[in-house]
Amino acid sequence: MSSVVERFDDKARDAFDRIGQNEIHVGELQRHRVYTRFLHWMVALFFFLALFSGFGIYLPWLFRWFTPIFGGGPMARALHPWFGLGFVTFFGLQTLNWIAPMKWTPADTRWMRNLKNTVGGNEKMEPPDTGFFNGGQKAQFWEIVAGSVIYLITGIILWAGARTFGRWAVAVSYVLHDISAIVMLGGIFIHIYLSTIGEPGTFQAMIRGAVSEAWAWTFHPAWYKEVTGRDPAQACEEARQHGRFEGR
Amino acid sequence: MSDRKTLQVRQISGHSGTPPGFDTQRDAEVCKLIDTTICIGCKACEVACVEWNDMPFSPTTFDNTYQTMPATRWNFWNLIKFNEHQREDGTIQWLMRKDQCMHCADPGCLRACPADGAIVQYTNGIVDFQQENCIGCEFCVSGCPYDIPKFNPATKKVYKCTLCSDRVGASLEPACIKACPTGCLKFGTKDDMKFIAEERSKQLRDNFGFKDAGVYDPQSIGGTHVIYVLHDAENPERYGGLTKNPVIPWSYTVWKWLFKPVLGAFAMFGLLGVLLHYITVGPRVPQPEPPLKPQPPKKEGSDVQRS
Ligand code: SF4
Ligand code: SF4
Ligand code: SF4
Repeated sequence: MSSVVERFDDKARDAFDRIGQNEIHVGELQRHRVYTRFLHWMVALFFFLALFSGFGIYLPWLFRWFTPIFGGGPMARALHPWFGLGFVTFFGLQTLNWIAPMKWTPADTRWMRNLKNTVGGNEKMEPPDTGFFNGGQKAQFWEIVAGSVIYLITGIILWAGARTFGRWAVAVSYVLHDISAIVMLGGIFIHIYLSTIGEPGTFQAMIRGAVSEAWAWTFHPAWYKEVTGRDPAQACEEARQHGRFEGR
Repeated sequence: MSDRKTLQVRQISGHSGTPPGFDTQRDAEVCKLIDTTICIGCKACEVACVEWNDMPFSPTTFDNTYQTMPATRWNFWNLIKFNEHQREDGTIQWLMRKDQCMHCADPGCLRACPADGAIVQYTNGIVDFQQENCIGCEFCVSGCPYDIPKFNPATKKVYKCTLCSDRVGASLEPACIKACPTGCLKFGTKDDMKFIAEERSKQLRDNFGFKDAGVYDPQSIGGTHVIYVLHDAENPERYGGLTKNPVIPWSYTVWKWLFKPVLGAFAMFGLLGVLLHYITVGPRVPQPEPPLKPQPPKKEGSDVQRS
């Protein structure tokens, strides 16, 4: 089963590499292949379509100005489940694509314990063992996986309605659907912030697929070591001994 | 001058704040009284409802009872439910009940509806659907304890009995009341109807041996603007499944009026949070690698990129 998925993913990655471009300059490393970027942006597109078409249903007195974009209330209501289905479908493919690098490791637990320093901007080179994804990224990924499952189940119940599933199923689904949306919305603020102005150099990873070596060295040292063969911790230590590095 | 009053809006679905014009005039709460002990099942009210509301003909189903069809439809708002009840002594009792919107004082449909202005409640108690604002989500169906709102797949809107708000607003009684030949249906203020219903129940208890006779006006939803006199008020379910203790799902109350705005604001604070982080902590810039390759050691703050 899993090998079937892997073969599917490998084929998809190769096929997309033939269609799209990976532009990598000197001093850069390849980060995300075309297939990953395609899925990422499709997920993003459908996420925002579903989000905006859902706003008017969620809080009409605050977000009524979103509905005309979709052709009015009834139209937004009719399109919303289809946008949601698009989101779940593409994120499902992304889940298969990313399931290996998203595996939780002890390093991620350490990353999580260090969260306060990371947020406060006091992060040292330690922990130098952040791999391709860090603990925060993995946490958000799995939160979206869980959220998508909740979305899908409760969304189908809300879509078919009380006539099919009974009134209590709808009443409960409606709460779970909204909680899931709010958690994802909160997560997406952090995600967008960090990937644009919060950690400069990140955005191009999803545009061109490449990041600078400095970026990799700073944010994902273990991955940097994996692809370049140079050990950031050791390099750091050497630099410190030569008095050329402040140790931050 | 005409002393005819227009209907005043009391509540609006999906709407914050008091509706415009609320409390500018006092309206007596209206009420429809259905005395099931007098109903002869003639269905004049069914026909009157279809005709007054100009509804297209819908085929009926015969299932070996006197009931016109299994349930109300989007274009059939008034159905006489029929039940042959076998009493303990073996005799048969025909229980007939006029099934339509109950015009609840606390309408679950309105609570559940997310669309602004799709459902309104007038100060006289009538709950009315405004189909032009309805987005067809059918949340109202899940909110209603009586399974009343019915969806029309063609227009993607829901429909139900309006308590003939168009007639009542013009000081007329509802069409079904007008058509009733037996006096089983009465229309007036809630207080009057309640009084008549209680008197009639007392009469049934004292003079006719229906010891459980009583009035159906469930307080779990603040009462209704359609009340029944039942021979057996202990078992309203016998009357075509009349809900004994109607409830609105708790999630609509808790979620819509409390968590929804609070958590919505919470999400907005998330946005504020990242902005504050940017201002106070600032971005984390990629650091150049420690110079493994010989490179002129610079003073602190050197940001020279490897070329
Ligand atoms: S009976 Fe149902 S549709 Fe009618 S007012 Fe009550 S909740 Fe609304
Ligand atoms: S379907 Fe019902 S809940 Fe949904 S907008 Fe229309 S009236 Fe409101
Ligand atoms: S009040 Fe009017 S709409 Fe309601 S059942 Fe009677 S005739 Fe029909």
